[in-house]
Amino acid sequence: MLKGMFSRPENGKMYWKEFMHQCSEIGIGSLGIVLIISLFLGAVTTVQTAYQLVSPIIPRSTIAQIVRDTMILEMAPTMVCIVLGGVIGSKIASELGNMRVSEQIDALEIMGINTKAYLIGPKILGALVTIPCLVVIAAFLGIWGGKMAGYLSGILSKEQYMQGLRQSFNGYNVFFALAKAYTYSFIISSIPAYYGYYVQGGALEIGRASTRAVVISCILILFADYILAAILL
Amino acid sequence: MIKLENIRKSFGEKVVLQDVTAEMEAGKTNLIIGASGSGKTVLMKCMVGLVKPDSGRVLYNGQDFTAMNDKEKKGIRQEIGMLFQGSALFDSMTVEQNVMFPLDMFSMGNYKEKQKRVAECLDRVNLSDAAKKFPAEISGGMKKRVGIARAIVLNPKYLFCDEPNSGLDPQTSLVIDKLISELTKEFNITTVINTHDMNTVMESGDHIIYMYQGLKQWEGTNKEIVFAKDERLNDFIFASEFLRDAKEMRQMEMFQDQNWRSKLPANKKEDPGTGA
Repeated sequence: MLKGMFSRPENGKMYWKEFMHQCSEIGIGSLGIVLIISLFLGAVTTVQTAYQLVSPIIPRSTIAQIVRDTMILEMAPTMVCIVLGGVIGSKIASELGNMRVSEQIDALEIMGINTKAYLIGPKILGALVTIPCLVVIAAFLGIWGGKMAGYLSGILSKEQYMQGLRQSFNGYNVFFALAKAYTYSFIISSIPAYYGYYVQGGALEIGRASTRAVVISCILILFADYILAAILL
Repeated sequence: MIKLENIRKSFGEKVVLQDVTAEMEAGKTNLIIGASGSGKTVLMKCMVGLVKPDSGRVLYNGQDFTAMNDKEKKGIRQEIGMLFQGSALFDSMTVEQNVMFPLDMFSMGNYKEKQKRVAECLDRVNLSDAAKKFPAEISGGMKKRVGIARAIVLNPKYLFCDEPNSGLDPQTSLVIDKLISELTKEFNITTVINTHDMNTVMESGDHIIYMYQGLKQWEGTNKEIVFAKDERLNDFIFASEFLRDAKEMRQMEMFQDQNWRSKLPANKKEDPGTGA
């Protein structure tokens, strides 16, 4: 499928239009859910870390440090991408599946359009551009959510939290998070595209393909999470 | 002209097409008829390249379509228009955008020129008023007409129609048949229609191929089909008593017509319409 995607576009403008459309669908369309998830992930991480850090010799600012690294290393890329795998994955698989079943893909083929390049290419590229941006936004929001949760529940002051955030920051963690984000973006877009593009049958099969695509994407994300951690850390 | 040579296709153990050899006559309405499962849709898909035959060749004006690479196929495909059974319109686009899509993808003209061409095509299928509607907002017959407009927008040489009358009432079916026949003559297109609608067979069939269990069972015109001796064909075409009666009436009409024509002076025999 991926090999078939690489060909000279029939009309660059149309491909660009489709790419921008996918960026909007994937990026802007998922912004709401990313906002909510990341805020609560940060907040919950702060509260639960404080609950576990009972030793009086550990400064409170350590909570912020833990929240920051957890959000950057794991929560923002992996948790957010698992949720996006469900949201974007099911959308891509059902959209392509419906196009296949209703012969829209055949209609494009008859017109002489490379359907893999026109339908799948912009989706994968759109995901590769927008999902890492969403992950960065999620990391910031999660850290901010943690700060607000810590302050509102009286666990630690805003100053303590900011002090903790600046302690022993490692820039490599950001690189690691982005490496994860790009890998997951590819998984989230290509696996559902494959299942949707090659669906056979009717509405029932579209549902099945969509479910299978999401399940496999999630498993592959977790698998890739471990592999990347083992290689890069 | 489209020529099929020994087309063979099977899916697993099931042989769907068995050495089908036929010619689709240029500038005419060619019909492929047959019962469900007789292989007519697979045959059409082999012709347009959606299904690759196991063996055999599809020739477009002598060029072997089956042996072409994707790049070469693109050239032929841009000369093909196809109307699908379910119309296959793009749900997210309006009627106008659906018809404009092939122009956007392949035509170099500016937006105004494209819009003018789309308006011409929609006008030709009597759908000028529905340009801004979405496929979900129009009827089945209108969808078929949009499908036809989209198929002809790039002035194709070949028009393929897969079951153009399926799911339509008899009156709308007639409109679609008439439209396809008119377009075939108007633009000198080689049209191939997959159907089991008897009205289409009798009214539009310049050249008919009858498929039976993956084999080409009979070939002829809509005039010859009335007198065909093939038992399977007769069982398929004139399945009901009503159709058998209609067949006899048509035979009588044609017989009387021939007698009447034979009485005309020699110089009037060619054109009975003006001689009456």
